[in-house]
Amino acid sequence: MRIVVLVKYVPEPTAQWRFADDLTVDRAGIEGRLSELDEHAVEQAVRLVEGGLDAEITYLTVGPVRAAEGLRKALAMGGDAGVHVEDPAIHGSDALATSLVLAEALRRQGFDLVLTGMASTDAEMSVVPAMVADRLDAALVSFASALTVDPQAGTVTVQRDGEGAVDEVVAQLPAVVAVTDQAGEARYPAFRAIMAAKKKPVTTWSLTDLGISPDQVGLAASCAVVTQAVPAPERQAGTVLVDEGDAAVQVADFLTTRGFL
Amino acid sequence: MSEVLVLVPGAADAVRSSTFGLLTAARRLGEPSVVLVGPDDPEAVRALGEYGAAKVYVADSPELAEYGSVATAEVLVDLARRLAPAAVLLASTRLSKDVAGIVAVRLGSGVLTDAVDVRPGSRGPVVTQSVFAGTHLVDSEAVRGPVVITLRPNAVDPEPAPVPPAVERVEVTVGEAARRVRVVSRTAKASSGRPDLSEASVVVAGGRGVGSAEGFAVVERLADLLGAAVGATRPVTDEKWCSHEYQIGQTGRTVAPQLYLATGISGAIQHRAGMQGSRTIVAINKDPKAPILAIADLGVVGDHHVVLPRLVEEIERRTQ
Repeated sequence: MRIVVLVKYVPEPTAQWRFADDLTVDRAGIEGRLSELDEHAVEQAVRLVEGGLDAEITYLTVGPVRAAEGLRKALAMGGDAGVHVEDPAIHGSDALATSLVLAEALRRQGFDLVLTGMASTDAEMSVVPAMVADRLDAALVSFASALTVDPQAGTVTVQRDGEGAVDEVVAQLPAVVAVTDQAGEARYPAFRAIMAAKKKPVTTWSLTDLGISPDQVGLAASCAVVTQAVPAPERQAGTVLVDEGDAAVQVADFLTTRGFL
Repeated sequence: MSEVLVLVPGAADAVRSSTFGLLTAARRLGEPSVVLVGPDDPEAVRALGEYGAAKVYVADSPELAEYGSVATAEVLVDLARRLAPAAVLLASTRLSKDVAGIVAVRLGSGVLTDAVDVRPGSRGPVVTQSVFAGTHLVDSEAVRGPVVITLRPNAVDPEPAPVPPAVERVEVTVGEAARRVRVVSRTAKASSGRPDLSEASVVVAGGRGVGSAEGFAVVERLADLLGAAVGATRPVTDEKWCSHEYQIGQTGRTVAPQLYLATGISGAIQHRAGMQGSRTIVAINKDPKAPILAIADLGVVGDHHVVLPRLVEEIERRTQ
């Protein structure tokens, strides 16, 4: 069985993020890392194989040169190989264009099960898994908090964590499954695993390799344009008081003044 | 005036304040037409008309619940192709993210998620999003439409604008693609009897500083006194001091209540991302350097275990 995990190299959440002149996220000047939410998908793939599933795990990322660091991190957690789609024309792609690149790369790679995180920690849209599944005519299950694969039946059974209910969902393979942070803690790779990951194969593909024309992606092909990006108005500095036994009364007074009591 | 398609994924959703906010936002962009998944319950249709739904397209088939987001997306895509709406609006929920993604691919439309504001612009709808953990606001316009927008709960205050809604039943055909995913069982999450977290006007939330399940119980008592929803940070739900359903932040719910009262919460960026849009923030934390105190309208440097029980007593005394 072929498992492909979609992973994204994102700006470090604790870094000072900013916009570049073209109103895209400045990715060149900010430290990056493998998205924490994709680490849960990596973990699930590795656990499936550790649990006895006969599968090869490939990680797929789309991003600038440094995005390969995200692949190495994933490979240190487990798995077999990496694919990096890197092309300057991809810069500024929206979710629709990104999903096109991912779908064409998946077509070329071949897959039975695609795993990914519930969202990226930068754009946080949570729409790319659905887009990729729809383009590939694959089954889609998002917000999975647990999954099991039945290779004989060719199905994946997922616990889907919705707002009002938890569903048990059975999907036919090939399928795209996006997992939540409830699926299980991601492991910390040991030093030896990190060293071993450096020897695992990583292939780089360009848009030409995928048969995608540069005018189908990037800022110019974007279906939505950013017209303005500004810092949110600073919250007005409030009062900070130190509890000297009367803080509860003061909070209650505040709530009364504001009409909450 | 162009129609604006508004997805209401179930009859129960028809009477939710988030739906009324969605209809109020839709009226800014055109004439709201609801796509109601489920039976055309007269109460639901009446409530939708109260907030300006001139048309209600009813997609009623048990298969929609069984086959989920693809089937629902296909209903929207068929209607959008027929009606060429100015926009397709959905509430920001987990289901709607899937639906929005599929609709955007099929229509080749721009998709803008988690909007905090929408308004008409010279080229079509202008959508404001809060990004980088709530530190920046971004305005976007769709180049190719109809733009698909998901709107955060409480982003737009509901305003009634009664019209008599015209009901039209639409045919539902669940295609091959939708049939590949089947819901085999559904377990409804236990109801707390409190307001829905995403829509509540008051939220009382506890963080690591509450120390234990007992410490969290005081958060719940205060919430019940205020008629509030209960929230928590990820460490608290990881420790199982409360249900995972209460988690607020990047991987939990996003809230924007009138009042957010935080206790024992330091205000890590992942948590702030989920509550930064609150109108008034009150925060209690032992550490004077806790980042949440810097964004609070009223901050208390104090111990949860001391301040919160006293606050419960004080409010009980005043509201008796």
